[in-house]
Amino acid sequence: MRLTAVTFLPALGALVLLLVPRRAASVFKLGGLVVTLVTLLAAVPLYVGFDDRVADVQFEEVRPWMPGVGISYHLGVDGISLLLVLLTTFLMPVALASAWHAIEDRWKEFVVTMLILETGMVGVFVSLDLFLFYVFWEAMLIPMYFIIGVWGGTKRVYAAIKFVLYTMVGSVLMLVAILALYAQHGAATGTYTFDLPVLTRWVLPPGLAQELMFLAFALAFAIKVPLFPFHTWLPDAHVEAPTAGSVILAGVLLKMGTYGFLRFCLPLFPDASLVFGPLVVALAVIGIVYGAWVSTVQPDMKKLVAYSSVSHLGFVILGIFTLTPQGLVGGVLQMVNHGLSTGALFLLVGMVYERRHTRLIADFGGLWSVAPAFSSLFLVVALSSLGLPGLNGFVGEFLILVGAFQTNPWVAALATSGVIFAAVYLLWLCQRVIFGAVTHEANRGLRDLSPREWTLLVPVVVLIVWIGVYPSALTGKTEATIEALLAQVQSKANAQRVSVGPPPVAPAVRPLNGMRDDMWTAAGSRLVSGHPPTHSGSPRASDALRLRTTTPAPRTPLP
Amino acid sequence: MTDLVMPPVLLGPLLPTLLVLGAGALVLLLDLSPRPQGKEVLGAVALAGIVGALLATLARWGKSGRAFHDMVVLDNFALFVNVVICYAAALSLLLSVDYVRRSRAESGEYYALVLFTTAGMMLLAAAGDLVVLFLALELMSLSLYVLAGLFTQALASSEASMKYFILGAFASSFMLYGIALTYGATGTTNLDRIAAAVAGRSHDPLFVIGMGLLLVGFGFKTSSVPFHMWVPDVYQGAPTCVTALIATGSKAAAFGALIRVLTVALRGAQPDWTALLWIVAVLTMTVGNVAAIAQSNLKRMLAYSSIAHAGYMLVGLVAGGMSGGGSVLFYLLTYTFTTAGAFGVVTLCERARAEAVEVGDYAGLAERHPVLAAALALFLLSLIGVPPLAGFVGKFYVFGAAVRAGYLWLTVVAVLNSALAAYYYLRVVVYMYMRQPEGAPVTYAPSLAGALALVVALVGIVALGVVPAPFVDLAQAAVAPLVR
Repeated sequence: MRLTAVTFLPALGALVLLLVPRRAASVFKLGGLVVTLVTLLAAVPLYVGFDDRVADVQFEEVRPWMPGVGISYHLGVDGISLLLVLLTTFLMPVALASAWHAIEDRWKEFVVTMLILETGMVGVFVSLDLFLFYVFWEAMLIPMYFIIGVWGGTKRVYAAIKFVLYTMVGSVLMLVAILALYAQHGAATGTYTFDLPVLTRWVLPPGLAQELMFLAFALAFAIKVPLFPFHTWLPDAHVEAPTAGSVILAGVLLKMGTYGFLRFCLPLFPDASLVFGPLVVALAVIGIVYGAWVSTVQPDMKKLVAYSSVSHLGFVILGIFTLTPQGLVGGVLQMVNHGLSTGALFLLVGMVYERRHTRLIADFGGLWSVAPAFSSLFLVVALSSLGLPGLNGFVGEFLILVGAFQTNPWVAALATSGVIFAAVYLLWLCQRVIFGAVTHEANRGLRDLSPREWTLLVPVVVLIVWIGVYPSALTGKTEATIEALLAQVQSKANAQRVSVGPPPVAPAVRPLNGMRDDMWTAAGSRLVSGHPPTHSGSPRASDALRLRTTTPAPRTPLP
Repeated sequence: MTDLVMPPVLLGPLLPTLLVLGAGALVLLLDLSPRPQGKEVLGAVALAGIVGALLATLARWGKSGRAFHDMVVLDNFALFVNVVICYAAALSLLLSVDYVRRSRAESGEYYALVLFTTAGMMLLAAAGDLVVLFLALELMSLSLYVLAGLFTQALASSEASMKYFILGAFASSFMLYGIALTYGATGTTNLDRIAAAVAGRSHDPLFVIGMGLLLVGFGFKTSSVPFHMWVPDVYQGAPTCVTALIATGSKAAAFGALIRVLTVALRGAQPDWTALLWIVAVLTMTVGNVAAIAQSNLKRMLAYSSIAHAGYMLVGLVAGGMSGGGSVLFYLLTYTFTTAGAFGVVTLCERARAEAVEVGDYAGLAERHPVLAAALALFLLSLIGVPPLAGFVGKFYVFGAAVRAGYLWLTVVAVLNSALAAYYYLRVVVYMYMRQPEGAPVTYAPSLAGALALVVALVGIVALGVVPAPFVDLAQAAVAPLVR
């Protein structure tokens, strides 16, 4: 019942608020805040109670829904979705609080829409039934459409329609793939079901069908992420959305794409994932570099942050498709990091926009002397986003690059250039906005952070520092799941190989013991010793996978 | 010389239809009473007749009945379609009470004609013989032709009526010719006996031409491309409450009869008509959706959208079998609530003393009448197929059946179409929520009955979306005896 509670508390709150007559906006402001905070409080016990030693799905709930066609109401979280549920429930009150003055009219509708959106987002992360997942996935589009279209900027209608159409084209094809998978599984095993664990355990024969299904799923997720070249909706949507919308869009919605790759593409279509892995990695690396370059030249702060998301999410996808434990853990961690850092950047840009009604970098300069608190927080967040050691962004990017280096040093080298470019565009942004002399008279009287803004920024910054210093708080929860996921992908890919080719020589699956507690040291020592495991000339991707995931991890402490 | 034996007259299977016809006759009688006012009473009588028929239909569930030498077959399939038709008729009656009075077109004949056309629809779904099928079709159509021209003062309404009549007459004659040829080829007009007669020789040219002509008539009534030309003009010109009935009830009846003819009489030729319907489905979906994008009149847009939805239902027909047929029946149910609701909102909105029919008229509706705007938004979202509303589940079952039957590419075309459709449906939402009105704003034309209809439709689309399982099971059980 706990997951049901976390998922539907916001919707329940929305229903209650719908019945309240629209007189005072403050009722809805406070009501929305209370509902989201209660939801957060309901989600925290999930983190505390989550047993990180087992990879299984926890807090599971199964109830028949449409038994005739094998659809059930199946919820559960594992180490990956747990973090994303927490991220979602954490960012919602922050986003609502950020809208306090920015949203001027129709507060009732705004709060109700945001709460329905939260139910949709949490639902996407906790559903373990493909039908249920698709229901949440699609349902969540509409509230976001309203948030952009009703409370957005000048080109809001265009941005909102573009957002919906882009996402919808991707997701309807995914629906066909879901149905095809359902039909194929049913025809092969006799049980027709949309239950994800059941479908995941089944080995889909490799070939054209699996590849087409993978592509359909991957397209839906790639649009959501967004992976280059499916990213063109993103700058419009981010720039036109109100601050609260941008925070949620960047913080949570984009993660649905990366989450989808992890939850569906890898375990359901392991063979196709290996076939198309290099393509996805290539697109991710292009996205990393391209996003960073485009960010550098943006005159609009919000657009800069929006394009930086393309770059950062490219890292996440890169990490996932390295198919190494480090890469995956880094990818998951980076999802959370990006949600916090980029969310905070959008918050800060929104705050300065509320004061000056412009977001152009050229309109600012020397803010440090006028608004030191704002500027220092801006600097901290920017540094976290560019991956300064000690802050959260570093940990995730480092792990991803370690993973990438093991698979292909050239890819890692190219991706690393993205880190450097991130430093370029973010530091240059800080330099032009914060440092130097005050260039515009209008900025002289700029108010520094108000108590409300302090209250909503401090928790984000605290988390940024905390994850930077003690990442195991999050990675500890997710490592077991990721090991199991990789082992599953590996064993399924091998099983498929058995069915189509010569049997494997070595025992196929070896537990990835040793990875959990000393992943850090293992990765570090490998980097230090300069001997990345090699697997050159491996004809089959599954061989490469086996080599990669079972690389011995020596227990050598870092000097 | 043998005595002439009177066949047993079993009126039981006709009971729902007779109730509706009786109510129609009663309405005509009451209308003759010299009281000058009180047409609402007639509306109430008509509604009572429909509700009575609905209850009688529900009470007969599971009891298959045949009458008049299998000419009328009231099996579960007919009962399910009848339930859909009764809902369509009831919603349309509720919407029309205040609407026709406001338009100064109130008359006793209106209610009587609605009842007669409903009776025709119900009989159509239960027709086990091509002669009854034609009879019912004409009863339904002739009443609808008159209803479409109800606004005698409005040019568009008369034009709609005229076009509907002429094109409808063409379709009927095609159908009649097809029935004649089929009779010539098989020596019978009974659906079961046709199937038996052509078993093994379904490529008899006479039979093929006959059935082809019959399908042309069905294409017209189900508004499938290329027989859809009448739809936009008639939907736009007819009084909106009549449009709602044409879009929902008559379509449900036509699809019901089509499914029965295809699965019973044409059982042997399934690969042939499946290939034909495949093409028709793709054309219908695509033409409907592409043309809808260009419309600025809401009724006309919904007309093209209803063409597109006929295309989705044809996808379910192509899939065939119990799951395909069942999914079409379920789709009809969801589509009826959604479309009747969408047209219902139109009947309740007026701008500058005229009906609000342009999409632009709805600018700013969300601020002035948030509940009405939310209702229309929900109906449109259901038409797009956004979960958890009924339209999504309907599409899900249809597409699921198609994929399971192996029609993957047809499904891909269908889902891309439904993504395309999001554009024009959302455009209305854009006007309601994101634009300010220019000139006089749209206002709510108060109507208690209309509001009740909207509530019923809203409850319908939410309930069918969240707990579809029982209804889907019923729909599949209804098709089971046909496909065997």
